Amino acid sequence: MSLFLSYLSVLLALASGFLALLREQEAERPKSEPGQNKYHRYLRQTCRELFDQRGIFGLLMLSGLGAFLGGLSALLTNQITQDVLPLGLPWMHWHVRLDALSGFFLAVIGLGVIPISLYGPGYVRKYREEKYPLWLLGLCTGLFVAGMELVLLADDAFFFMIAWELMSVSSYFLVAFQHGHAANRRAAFLYLLMAVVGAIAIILAFGVLASFSHGFDFDGFRGGHLPRFWGTSAFLLALLGFGMKAGLVPGHAWLPEAHPVAPSHISALMSGVMLKIAIYGLLRFTFDLLGDIEWQWGVVVLMAGTASAVLGILYAFQQNNIKKLLAYSSIENLGIIAMGIGLAMIFMGTGHTGPGVIGLLAALYHVLNHSVFKNLLFLTAGSVIHQTHEPDLDHLGGLIRRMPKTAILALTGCVAISALPPLNGFVSEWLTFQAALQATSLESGVLRSMIPMAAAALAFTSALAAATFIKFFGVGFLGLPRTHHAAHSREVTQLGMLSGPGLLAGLCVLLGLLPTIVIQALEPVSLLLMGETLPSASSKGWLWLTPGTRSVASYSAVFVAIGLLLAWWAVQRFTRLASDSVQRRGPAWDCGFGGLNSKMQYTSTSFSQPIRRIFAPVWKLQESIDSGGATALTNQPVRYQLEVEDQSWRLLYHPIGALTAETARLVSRLQSGNIRIYLSYSFVTLLILLGIASL
Amino acid sequence: MNWLLAAIEPLLFIFISPLLAGWIKWVKCRLQNRRSPSLVQPYRDLAKLFRKTPVVANHASWLFEATPYIVFTSILLAVAIVPSIAAHLPTASIADVIALVGFLALGRFFLILAGMDIGTAFGGMGSSREATIASLAEPAMLMAVFTLAMSANTTNLSSAIDYVQDNGLVLRPSFIFALAGVVLVAIAETGRVPVDNPATHLELTMIHEAMILEYGGRHLALIEWAGQIRLMLFGVLIVNIFFPWGIAESLTLDALAIGLGAMVAKLMVLGLLLAISEMMLAKMRIFRVQDYLGFAYLLSLLGMLSHVILEVG
Repeated sequence: MSLFLSYLSVLLALASGFLALLREQEAERPKSEPGQNKYHRYLRQTCRELFDQRGIFGLLMLSGLGAFLGGLSALLTNQITQDVLPLGLPWMHWHVRLDALSGFFLAVIGLGVIPISLYGPGYVRKYREEKYPLWLLGLCTGLFVAGMELVLLADDAFFFMIAWELMSVSSYFLVAFQHGHAANRRAAFLYLLMAVVGAIAIILAFGVLASFSHGFDFDGFRGGHLPRFWGTSAFLLALLGFGMKAGLVPGHAWLPEAHPVAPSHISALMSGVMLKIAIYGLLRFTFDLLGDIEWQWGVVVLMAGTASAVLGILYAFQQNNIKKLLAYSSIENLGIIAMGIGLAMIFMGTGHTGPGVIGLLAALYHVLNHSVFKNLLFLTAGSVIHQTHEPDLDHLGGLIRRMPKTAILALTGCVAISALPPLNGFVSEWLTFQAALQATSLESGVLRSMIPMAAAALAFTSALAAATFIKFFGVGFLGLPRTHHAAHSREVTQLGMLSGPGLLAGLCVLLGLLPTIVIQALEPVSLLLMGETLPSASSKGWLWLTPGTRSVASYSAVFVAIGLLLAWWAVQRFTRLASDSVQRRGPAWDCGFGGLNSKMQYTSTSFSQPIRRIFAPVWKLQESIDSGGATALTNQPVRYQLEVEDQSWRLLYHPIGALTAETARLVSRLQSGNIRIYLSYSFVTLLILLGIASL
Repeated sequence: MNWLLAAIEPLLFIFISPLLAGWIKWVKCRLQNRRSPSLVQPYRDLAKLFRKTPVVANHASWLFEATPYIVFTSILLAVAIVPSIAAHLPTASIADVIALVGFLALGRFFLILAGMDIGTAFGGMGSSREATIASLAEPAMLMAVFTLAMSANTTNLSSAIDYVQDNGLVLRPSFIFALAGVVLVAIAETGRVPVDNPATHLELTMIHEAMILEYGGRHLALIEWAGQIRLMLFGVLIVNIFFPWGIAESLTLDALAIGLGAMVAKLMVLGLLLAISEMMLAKMRIFRVQDYLGFAYLLSLLGMLSHVILEVG
């Protein structure tokens, strides 16, 4: 049943893609309809195109629904269903398997795709005016979703890589969709390049596994036992490949370039869902296929995760482009997920499965949470850009009055991602902290002191995440509008552009209030990967989340919410009792200076200035002030320019690029362009080969 | 009975809290050879603010009006989970110390946003600085909390108090470092000298005050009151975790009376110490705060390391 639903979902996603292609060809056929004036024809055309997009996104929504239901039923029933498809190479058919782990991630895809297909029809309208081919967008979206689902279903290395590449290549076209700008083409190329390098690493990792088993199917890999050296190399290769796709530092450079330039609903899919597929790959490879986890691997993952979380949020804080800010924040969140996985591996490698389960559950919970609130934020950011045509925070402002509904949705997302109670972000972060605090049970003193330090880095990250999203909301939605566009923006009119994010905002609340139910649903995954569950998590009933015993730590989201409502009511009552005066409106006080205008406000750049100054070595900063001969007495504009660049480019990517160029230059010396030299190359080669053959 | 007490305790807490602010001010004035306002002056100020008509800027959004209530609500919830007079109230297990940090962050999140709502330069400045200080103080705070949590093996405040009481007063280096770290963080989080000066209204030196410049009337009263509760909350947290003597372990009338008396006495001593330190220190430059908070973080880290190296195994 669950497998049938997943197949259906894949087919529906493909169908949605091909429908986009078909409709476009139909639309291109010349139609002569006499007796209609130009206006009438235009109206019909508009209606038809609207229907097209509805149809395409409707199929996509059904696909998402299928993925969600199929994944959920596989997760809840905890059954492993396997199948062999008569596709692929004659001697190597495609193996398919659906278990609790892939079921969970399938449900995450479903949860991502459904709101996006609600949101999409309204959003893609604007591309019609910009003359970008909509069929390409529809086709690649369908292929992209199908590719992600197939990665989860794959049960042999060959099929896995085909699905993986389908996902990568179709998303390349989505990133390059708005190819009018050179920067977008550059970002798409960078994305493709790094996807290829990552894929090579994954293929090599599978190669190591394959050399110790018979064939390429995962069942064979599971049975194999690797010597320590080869196990570690396979793990490191897999971490490199999947880590690059997940955007872990230092393999993150493509992410902040590629995610912002795609259309917003695709950015949401990429950030919210595709990165999770990389996490799935890492989990599947390490826990399921490789087995025999060494705690040192966990340390590597924990360190990569901590670095990603801290650097990701520091970079995110300095961004002014709203989508770039969100993209860097994805790096941070994926870092938090990796920290959870790293903790699980450390505990499992040292034989403490119980605390390890907390780490794994924290990571999985954060996978779910991040996909929900990051999609929400990308979609609301899309609405903002759609209505104002301004992606830069410093050109926005005051949107809470112009777009009140979008503002509430964005605020929900900001509270959730800042890990504030009682929404969902807090729960997974709390679980990660609880996992880290179990470090006392470890024997090694180094680990015991290292893990709390990672936890403190996580605390720094979450505090800075709150600051980042205060900046996002405060500069973008509050204050006075900074530009004409922002001042004259209107609320989105398409219902889908509100209901899609609205659904996600509801999920943010629900996942925050019912953590025990989610944890219970996740238990089959931990049973599958670690052979243990966390029975104590819900032993006190569905109200209480208790990872250990209740005296150790407990959190009851429902009581917290009730407490908040009760306290809110009491405060309101009390205030009304204590003060009966009616509130009055007046001009802003502003210390009595008067003449308030939008230029006086703190901008995004100035809001982040203190942190920029304190952590200056983290960025490559180029600051210049051109006063143009102005003094304090002359009233001339002063130009201030600031460029914040990622240090990883200077430290890692540019050297690698230079090395590649240098090697290419050395190789090119062979090519003199002289035919006699080329002939002598073949002659010498022939001689050497003959020499080898005669040995 | 337990739940009733759990409801009364926070109420008592919030109605005492202006007294602590008054007490600190009184001591400070005495130390500076000034005539002091009466101890109940903070109550009078709050009553005055509640009576006044709140004036809200023309273009203020709903968020600006809702924020004082959100701030007060979140601090109320934080108060409910901190054992002040009695340990083991049923509210204590609803959320642990990590959630406590979360509640404080929730109130601050909205307060910082409200500072940016009107679009004045001062509001943005205060918000930016508060966000910076908060993001540096939180890791130091949690590091100290983790030290405690790892030695007591719990993040539940009541259980941690039990642990400290059962083991008696042993001079453990980890606790001393953690205490020092928490004290430094508490000073920063409550906006006292040397990080911020609650008495200043000189524009460029303000942090917290700059954020709330646009508030008046009952809105300002709620925010000021929440600030006083916050001060007392950190005070109670310090005295009850590190010096938990006297806290009511059973819910008899005698024990509760002793608990209340002990808490008041301990807070008075703490207020005295705070006033003395504020007398002797000057407010520091804003870009020295990171050194200060870095030091707090370092102390907490030392506490953690000494726990791991000296005290385990």
